[in-house]
Amino acid sequence: MKRFAGATLIALIPACSAPPAAENATEIAAEDIVSGSIFLTAETRDLQEDNFANPGYLWVDRGEALFSKAPASGEACITCHEAGLSGVAATYPAYDEKAGRVLNLEGRINQCRVTHQSEPAWEYESEELLSVTAFVANQSLGAPVSVDVSGPAQDIYEAGRDYFQTRRGQFNLSCQQCHTENWGKRLRGDTLSQGHGNGFPAYRLEWESLGSLHRRLRDCDLGVRAEPLPYGDPLYVAVELFLAARSNGLEMESPAVRR
Amino acid sequence: MSRVGILAVLIISACGAQEAPLIRANTILGDAITQPLTETAGDTIRGEQLFVSRNEGHCILCHQVDGLDAEFQGDVGPDLTLVGDRLSAGQLRLRIADYQLVQPGALMPSYYRIHDLHQVGEAYSGESVLSAQQVEDIVAYLVERRASGDDA
Repeated sequence: MKRFAGATLIALIPACSAPPAAENATEIAAEDIVSGSIFLTAETRDLQEDNFANPGYLWVDRGEALFSKAPASGEACITCHEAGLSGVAATYPAYDEKAGRVLNLEGRINQCRVTHQSEPAWEYESEELLSVTAFVANQSLGAPVSVDVSGPAQDIYEAGRDYFQTRRGQFNLSCQQCHTENWGKRLRGDTLSQGHGNGFPAYRLEWESLGSLHRRLRDCDLGVRAEPLPYGDPLYVAVELFLAARSNGLEMESPAVRR
Repeated sequence: MSRVGILAVLIISACGAQEAPLIRANTILGDAITQPLTETAGDTIRGEQLFVSRNEGHCILCHQVDGLDAEFQGDVGPDLTLVGDRLSAGQLRLRIADYQLVQPGALMPSYYRIHDLHQVGEAYSGESVLSAQQVEDIVAYLVERRASGDDA
């Protein structure tokens, strides 16, 4: 009897796995890919483009200071990265040989802290991690997003695509339905963007703060009344990789300003 | 029940797979639910409030109705200004309750459904977006959206 119950349990578990993502899902044509800044009001776009007025630069400046400051146990980031990290953020998320998995920029910065500085990883969404991420991302301002999804990154890319295309939550909506199939239409006063991550970490007016792309993804999951994933979850990193590949060629804008 | 059995029930309930459909198949006629979901008739005024309210139906997130006192109505879904000329109460009832029964894969969320959903937020587990009475109220409001205005 016990064995039978166990077999039943195993048979039932697949009922809880994710439903299949949309087959033959549509994609946005390459020539139609546009940054979320297109959908901003002129005032908000001006705010983004003015380095003195854009509040995101408060975090960039803090990040620069942290980058140059030696932690108690080791050397400052700048000791190794004296020449800066121009263009690097545009290639993230990326497969990391040492970690054996795909890391986003936050994950890569924390890996450096742990392995090269013997410091504990910064908590996701902490001021420190946001600031250094923004500082590094900002060094790719204007560079085209250019992530690689070949080789070991392929499976992660596909997992991210499946998450994006799967309906979820009490409202039973997928990311794809709004941001690929209905972008440009209005949800009350907001215009649906294409859902690119090229501006993140971004200063969001709704947050009155800088925030990571994972914070933004959590907001969308909460919006469809789905249980959001934890910050830094590998599946959100996979979504981040899928989104970056989908927007390859778009200019990096961090710290962008978003509604 | 054995411990394993209890565990199995817990796992299934966590994903909503055990939920029975709120709408029984034998209440659907063609593309309509002709019988009201509740004994209390829908309230048009309450329906309009639900249609606009950010915390309840919030239909204007995606739809428009001309003349409503609500700015920035959405355009993801069709204009419903004259929807009463196109659809009967029964057709509206099924479309609000579970449009995906009319058109599989449709974008519109199912407002009176708890089965076969995925990763539902804990706060909403086992609950439909709208109650049966709220569906009736919105049906009552929408069926009167006609060129002639008043009830026939």
